[in-house]
Amino acid sequence: MILQYPALLITLPLIAAFIITAFGWLNQRFCYPIAVITLTAALYISVELLLSIFEVQIISYRLGGWPPPIGIEYKVDHLNAFVLVLITLVALLNLVAAKPKVDQEFKEKSGAFYALYVLFVTGLLGITITGDAFNLYVLLEITALTGYALIGLGRSHAPLAGLNYVFMGTIGASFYLLGIGYLYLTTGSLNMADLATLIPALQTSKTIVFGFVLCLIGLFIKMALFPLHNWLPNAYSYSPSAASSLIAPLTTKVMIYVMIRLVFSLFTPAFSFSNQLLTAVVVWIAIVAIVMGSVLALAQKNLFKMLSFIIIAEVGYMVGGFWLGNSDGMTGAILHIANDALMTLCLFLAVGNIKYMTKIERFEDLKGIISKMPVSMTVFIIGGFSIIGVPPTCGFFSKWYLIKGGIVANQWGFVIALLFSSLVNTILFFRIIEIGFFSSGDNSNVKGHGSATIREAPIGMLIPALITAGLLVLSGLYTNEFVTYIILPVMP
Amino acid sequence: MATFVNLLIAKYNFWAFAILMMIGLYAMIAKKNLIKKIIGMNIFQTSIILFYVSIGAKKGATIPIISHVLHGESEPTIIPADYINPLPHVLMLTAIVVSVATLGVALALAIKVHRQYGTLEEDQIHSIIQSK
Repeated sequence: MILQYPALLITLPLIAAFIITAFGWLNQRFCYPIAVITLTAALYISVELLLSIFEVQIISYRLGGWPPPIGIEYKVDHLNAFVLVLITLVALLNLVAAKPKVDQEFKEKSGAFYALYVLFVTGLLGITITGDAFNLYVLLEITALTGYALIGLGRSHAPLAGLNYVFMGTIGASFYLLGIGYLYLTTGSLNMADLATLIPALQTSKTIVFGFVLCLIGLFIKMALFPLHNWLPNAYSYSPSAASSLIAPLTTKVMIYVMIRLVFSLFTPAFSFSNQLLTAVVVWIAIVAIVMGSVLALAQKNLFKMLSFIIIAEVGYMVGGFWLGNSDGMTGAILHIANDALMTLCLFLAVGNIKYMTKIERFEDLKGIISKMPVSMTVFIIGGFSIIGVPPTCGFFSKWYLIKGGIVANQWGFVIALLFSSLVNTILFFRIIEIGFFSSGDNSNVKGHGSATIREAPIGMLIPALITAGLLVLSGLYTNEFVTYIILPVMP
Repeated sequence: MATFVNLLIAKYNFWAFAILMMIGLYAMIAKKNLIKKIIGMNIFQTSIILFYVSIGAKKGATIPIISHVLHGESEPTIIPADYINPLPHVLMLTAIVVSVATLGVALALAIKVHRQYGTLEEDQIHSIIQSK
């Protein structure tokens, strides 16, 4: 049974998505339980895979029994085993919290929503587990297409934001596909491990370099690195809050994982970091992304928009830290994938609770919210502290590694950008805490919701939020173990 | 000049794909009508499909179907140069499916946009959003 786990991890949610679609027509009440059971099973499988990785180091699964360079290979190692656990965990926690929000926002479409939800998770898991460059493109598009549909379910300007995301996402995926095409043209292979053995001999080939750059640009669009970020804020803030709290923590982080995977296992670190100019340019782009993301976050009045711009700054952290090229920076970047996914989930769940109970999205209207919704706001504050980087929350430790990487690489611009961004985040979150805590007297601008009617969110939404907040502290406390057992074996 | 013309003729498939790709990108960036943008997106995707299909081609090669060996006959030796490379074509079957699905999602979203604002012109939509 355990031998089949890599394939089961993908096929199980894939088939479940179709079953949920069928039940969406027959009886919508069954959709939610099936989705929960599927994701629980997926979480179990990914945890089992992670545990077995500690014993066997690497699991290679041949789809259809074809040996790797010809057939598609699923490969699990230290790097993606933890990402698999992260994806299923975030998806499950968010699914538990999503039920009331879905019932409130679009109960009649809940069948379609859960089917898309599970299909989205399938795509992400597939991207993470696959060892084949073209297979990765297909799964990238499965994720993107379901993502567009999930965003399109939202209200107000969601369809327009979704359509813009379609354009940008398609350009990104197409660039990636083109880059893979150039690699195939030169090497005749699509298997990542096989390509890694072929590329060193072709280091000087301009085609390979061009393919590499095309792949990177495609992924930069997909992960919303600063000048290519335009699609993200509107798409994330207008989408239904049950969907944004799934898409926001996972999409950008999985794309960063793909970048790291391509560099480590496909292009090889020796080739990727051989061009000094390229790495320097990418790090500087990341620095601009951090600064601009922070500054633009400061200018927002909408909670979801503010969080979206924080994500853009965080993408800069990870891309910059990784392209510094030293082990501290890379450790920080990989650690930050896990931490940032949890932090973003934490914040989006808390904000989702507030939106569910009060319909408030602008944080000027949050006056006195801490006394009305103490648990949700505690979760929000813990998430905020983690984004700022206050110990013992996990945000502190990954930022520590990133800053250390910047110092080792003598890249002081990156260090200053990180500190600047922490400072801005402090202002962002303390501004909200101040509004929520201290100015409770005047409630006149809360439209249609008297202060007396605001209550704490239902228990089903609080528990996932509290678990996430607990995980932030826990993963902060166990950072050392995480780095020793998972990140160190990955380092080239 | 002569070398440039040679480059143009010898690699005409790449030129065709690059020009189509730029047409698609131009339409997606410069056009204000959402349907025109979607058409541009489709041209853009098709250009990459064309690129993949063209790299499988070989001069003087035939379709990659190997005739069935009857009982008693010896296995014919297969020379790869005699057959075009089928793998890029197979990959593009998947990519075509993806691009059709993308087109479907994009058109569905365009219908929703039209229902909401009553227009598909981007500048009109933005003025509607601003006036709200």
